[in-house]
Amino acid sequence: MASAKRIAKGIALTYSETNIHVWTITLQGPAGTVYQGGAYTLTLTLPTEYPFKAPSVVFNTRIYHPNVTNDNAGNICLSLLKPENWKPASRIKGVLEAVRQLLVEPQPDDALEARIADEYKNNRAEFDKNAKSYVQRYAKGGADGSK
Amino acid sequence: MDSDEDFLSTVSSDDDIMLDDSENDDMSNGDEFDDAFDEDPDDEPDLGLQKQKTPVAYDVGYKVYSPGDIQKQQEEMMNEVNMILEMSKEDAAILLRHFRWNKERLIEDFMDNSDKVVEAAGIVTSVANPPQLETLSEFMCDICCDDDEGLQSFAMKCGHRYCVNCYRHYLTQKIREEGEAARIQCPAEGCSRIIDARSLDLLVTPELSDRYQELLNRTYVEDKDTLKWCPAPDCENAVECGIKKKELDKVVPTVACACGYRFCFGCILSDHQPAPCELVKRWLKKCADDSETANWISANTKECPKCNSTIEKNGGCNHMTCRKCKHEFCWMCMGLWSEHGTSWYNCNRFEEKSGTDARDAQAKSRVSLERYLHYYNRYANHEQSARLDKDMYTKTEKKMVQLQSASGMSWIEVQYLNSASQALQTCRQTLKWTYAFAFYLARNNLTEIFEDNQKDLELAVENLSEMFEKPISELADSKLKVDIMDKTSYCNKRRLILLQDTAENLANGMLFDL
Repeated sequence: MASAKRIAKGIALTYSETNIHVWTITLQGPAGTVYQGGAYTLTLTLPTEYPFKAPSVVFNTRIYHPNVTNDNAGNICLSLLKPENWKPASRIKGVLEAVRQLLVEPQPDDALEARIADEYKNNRAEFDKNAKSYVQRYAKGGADGSK
Repeated sequence: MDSDEDFLSTVSSDDDIMLDDSENDDMSNGDEFDDAFDEDPDDEPDLGLQKQKTPVAYDVGYKVYSPGDIQKQQEEMMNEVNMILEMSKEDAAILLRHFRWNKERLIEDFMDNSDKVVEAAGIVTSVANPPQLETLSEFMCDICCDDDEGLQSFAMKCGHRYCVNCYRHYLTQKIREEGEAARIQCPAEGCSRIIDARSLDLLVTPELSDRYQELLNRTYVEDKDTLKWCPAPDCENAVECGIKKKELDKVVPTVACACGYRFCFGCILSDHQPAPCELVKRWLKKCADDSETANWISANTKECPKCNSTIEKNGGCNHMTCRKCKHEFCWMCMGLWSEHGTSWYNCNRFEEKSGTDARDAQAKSRVSLERYLHYYNRYANHEQSARLDKDMYTKTEKKMVQLQSASGMSWIEVQYLNSASQALQTCRQTLKWTYAFAFYLARNNLTEIFEDNQKDLELAVENLSEMFEKPISELADSKLKVDIMDKTSYCNKRRLILLQDTAENLANGMLFDL
């Protein structure tokens, strides 16, 4: 595996020479958010039709977030990656920045986890507590984070 | 009342028998139907003029269009907009698609604020050079990073330039994989300019262009509320019908495509006259989900109070011993058997309120189940028979050939078997839905008339069905032929009477227990 390459603020990327279609992303929880101090691993998969088809991004590290499924799959709902919105001229860097932005600013109205979205909107204190406890439990395991 | 009814329906249905016959001819020979439309130069959506003179309550006006007609309609609209607004046909097409083929709104909005409309639709007004491929020096494609000398590239008026290969790749992905045609945007991120028809013609490879045209045609039909595709497999026609969504509780808009397939314009399911769409939806859901299984369970079983195993009591006394957990209880009051003391085999808590409530609920549920099954069995029976009728249709053709050689009748002369088979199928389809209809029907004096009509039709159908299965040797008898023809026309007549009656009642707000 090649050494991690920093591509944007708080985002580093590694990929294997044997399979260049799967990239591993390390995302630092943005400062000033409940995710601060957490380190998240994500997998970015490039389809063979890339860039004419959008890549897919999933969280490997568990995260308490309205727009990320609260399970081992860690699917993200990102409008940028939907077929009708994806453009071949879109950049991976833009995708990853959008993911990071999602941590800064969750989109509860476009949620994958309705319960968490509801909590985010109506009981922020409880949401913050839960999100922080997830950081402690799952996102402190160093770069690989998948503990 | 009765004689009035008869008089009315006889008058209207006589016309319809003829009408129905002509429909049957179309089924066997679709070309005739097409020709009839080709002769009609007026493609404006004037609904329902080509059919009956005296409108019947259950019939709606509609028109069938072939793929060529649809293409022609689009072109006419483009020409019109192109003339009124003085813009290129390509731009007119994009604007029309943007406004979902609402020509009036397009023209109004355009007159109001043309810049805004043009911007929103993704076209730029400057009447510059037609789109063309260019070879620029020192060009690097932003998608594939190719910068070879002589690389052909393309950009729309938004100026986002990419190499031809990437552009084609992009269009292939959109057209072939995503089924997009009318609203493909520029490949640049954040640019919402729509690739116009002329640019697409330049870029789309021949093997893609058929698919592209088909998709464009499709958006036309899909964008217009008054147009729907015929749902029959491999049929490429569209049907136009002006029925409004809010009328669907009063009308059952059944249309017949030129391919012979009869379907409901409201919900695209196959012909479900006389039942309105909402009722059909409920009925199908009721039959599909296992709510009725649950109903049966609640009607016939109880749960063991200890381990919750479901128990069906199939006889014997009230002293129950659960097979699973050996718990002993009273079937009547569900209490512990040991507490019954000396009142064995006679539960003294039977009259307690909780006990009677449970009993009432159970009885109610049993009655409702029986009622449902009554209607469902008859519905399912006609559905089954209709399926068999389909097999029969193929057999009919064989029979007709056999009959020709057995009796020396001509092909035309044995067509009565075909009409009989058609009549059977259509009537069974209607009968099937009358049972779903009846299930939801609130009981009043109209119900009786309905049930009489239903009975008459059913009788007529079964009579005809029986004759139809006679061996060839008997069919060759000319007396039987006349009889079958009589019975066929009687079946059709009964069906029309029933439809007429229910359609009138529906329009007058017949009551359903939905």
